[in-house]
Amino acid sequence: MYGAGMAKGFAVTLRNFFRKPFTVQYPEESAPQHARFRGQEFTWYEERCTGCASCAKYCPLGIIRIVTDAEGGDDEQEGGSYKIDAFDIDQARCMYCGLCVEACPYDALHMGTRFEAAQNKREDLVITVEMLRARDKHPSAWFRPQLAKDQYNPYAEQAGWEAVGREPYYWHPKRPEWESEEQSQAASADGDYKG
Amino acid sequence: MGDLLMDNAIYRNVYNFVVDGLGAEWAWLAWLVAGFTIIMLVVNAVMALATGYTWVERRLLGRFTNRIGPNRAGPMGLLQPLADAIKLLTKEDIVPPRGDRIVFNLAPVVMLASVLLAVGVIPFGANSYLADLNIGLLYVVAVSGLGSIAVLMAGYASANKFSMFGSMRAATMLISYEIPLIMALLAVTVLAGTMSMVGVVEAQGVPFLLVAPMGAFVFIVAITAELNRTPFDITEGESEIVAGHITEYSGMKFGIFYLAEFAALMVAGAIFATLFLQGWKWPILPSYIWFVLKVGAFAIIATWVRATLPRLRPDQVLAMAWKYLFPVSLINLLALTIERLAFADAAGALGSSELWLMALINWPLTIAVVLLMARVVRVTEPPSRAPMTIGLGGGVR
Repeated sequence: MYGAGMAKGFAVTLRNFFRKPFTVQYPEESAPQHARFRGQEFTWYEERCTGCASCAKYCPLGIIRIVTDAEGGDDEQEGGSYKIDAFDIDQARCMYCGLCVEACPYDALHMGTRFEAAQNKREDLVITVEMLRARDKHPSAWFRPQLAKDQYNPYAEQAGWEAVGREPYYWHPKRPEWESEEQSQAASADGDYKG
Repeated sequence: MGDLLMDNAIYRNVYNFVVDGLGAEWAWLAWLVAGFTIIMLVVNAVMALATGYTWVERRLLGRFTNRIGPNRAGPMGLLQPLADAIKLLTKEDIVPPRGDRIVFNLAPVVMLASVLLAVGVIPFGANSYLADLNIGLLYVVAVSGLGSIAVLMAGYASANKFSMFGSMRAATMLISYEIPLIMALLAVTVLAGTMSMVGVVEAQGVPFLLVAPMGAFVFIVAITAELNRTPFDITEGESEIVAGHITEYSGMKFGIFYLAEFAALMVAGAIFATLFLQGWKWPILPSYIWFVLKVGAFAIIATWVRATLPRLRPDQVLAMAWKYLFPVSLINLLALTIERLAFADAAGALGSSELWLMALINWPLTIAVVLLMARVVRVTEPPSRAPMTIGLGGGVR
């Protein structure tokens, strides 16, 4: 039948005409992202960080700069941590590959979930340790299956340093003194922190 | 000329006002003032309609493609045409150094003039027209032919191969489609017994869309090609030749081409409404509102077509004109002529009952002819090419 294809085409456009537009009006509303979104605004937990600088070594672009206190941290020979003086991430050159997050042995560094870090100057794009400390903790669930497991939504809730690790809480050197070993083992029998 | 315009109430009143105030020896001034008054009114009305329709078209195209369309400038984006105009006015005015400066600058003017001249004979409402030319249809065809000259001027003066390709394509396409278009208009003339636009509206006891659907079909397809709109926009096919004849144009000269395109759409809608939809007639609402509604309906359907159909190849476009539309328009003309000879009364007029009878005959005839003639331009498989080989034996074939 001649013209049937044309009629079908007209039907398609007419159907779309009465459909709700797909457009997201960006500055007013933003498109929903997945919890595993590999975004800007790295989330860093000083409580978990030992200052090993694995992230800086694994960064393919070499844009992470870590300076630890020469005087030493809290007894690092016995498994303590270095004291972090500087933790600069040059976001202007970052490609968000996430290798630093994969490299972190203590789950101290996480990808962020935001994408609005635009600045007027390149220098302003460098994230400093003060900014990392002051920042709200919205870690992305990327490469952190323990976060994705509980339907954790980084856009709605924050995550404390106790909750983001993959190891049982009991084994963490910085566990609070008030907790007995039995309590802690029972709490973390399934590998989850029960707080 | 003055006598012809005396039918027009605004012209007559302004003319009489000046003559009464200054005396009969100032008649030339009265003629000038009154003439410019109506020209200013009509031209500004058409331009305002065309400018407004750029917003409507962009919103509609957005909705047809699941987007929202321009909605930032002003409430619902209504000030978007204004923002566009300001942007175009502040752009650099570039003339190609090897181009023909005079022809280059003249082309947009000729383009817009060809559109605005056609407005002169269109009746906008009951007793509202600039001039009731007795050869109105012929005049419209003649002045709209200027548009293809403007496209050729633009292509030649740009000293750019893409522009030249575009204007050459335009020349072939516009001239080809003018023939079925004129045949369709001729059929309307046969039906109405007059070439005057006002006369055509008065002759329509029944809308000619119902009486001569084949003519309306030919007219719509041919006018879409004349307007350079999809699926016939080979003149400025963006993916093939940058923008055709407007490649080298920037700033307000480009803006005038753009505006002329939309004004042409408005004028085409006005001609369609006049010839096939009883013009300003129809009950209850005031005549000029009916007219604008009919023009708007035509324009919205044209936008729907633009949102739906992909561009044809140049050879397909020309095949469509010569192998399909031209024979269909000839059959249409022949059928209407025979019917008129058979049904017209002694005075040569067609009553409403005769028009309905003709509609009854013409609808089955139209469906049969349109579908049977489609066999002529049926797509046949192109001769298969040898597969492309790269490497030994001389590179890409």
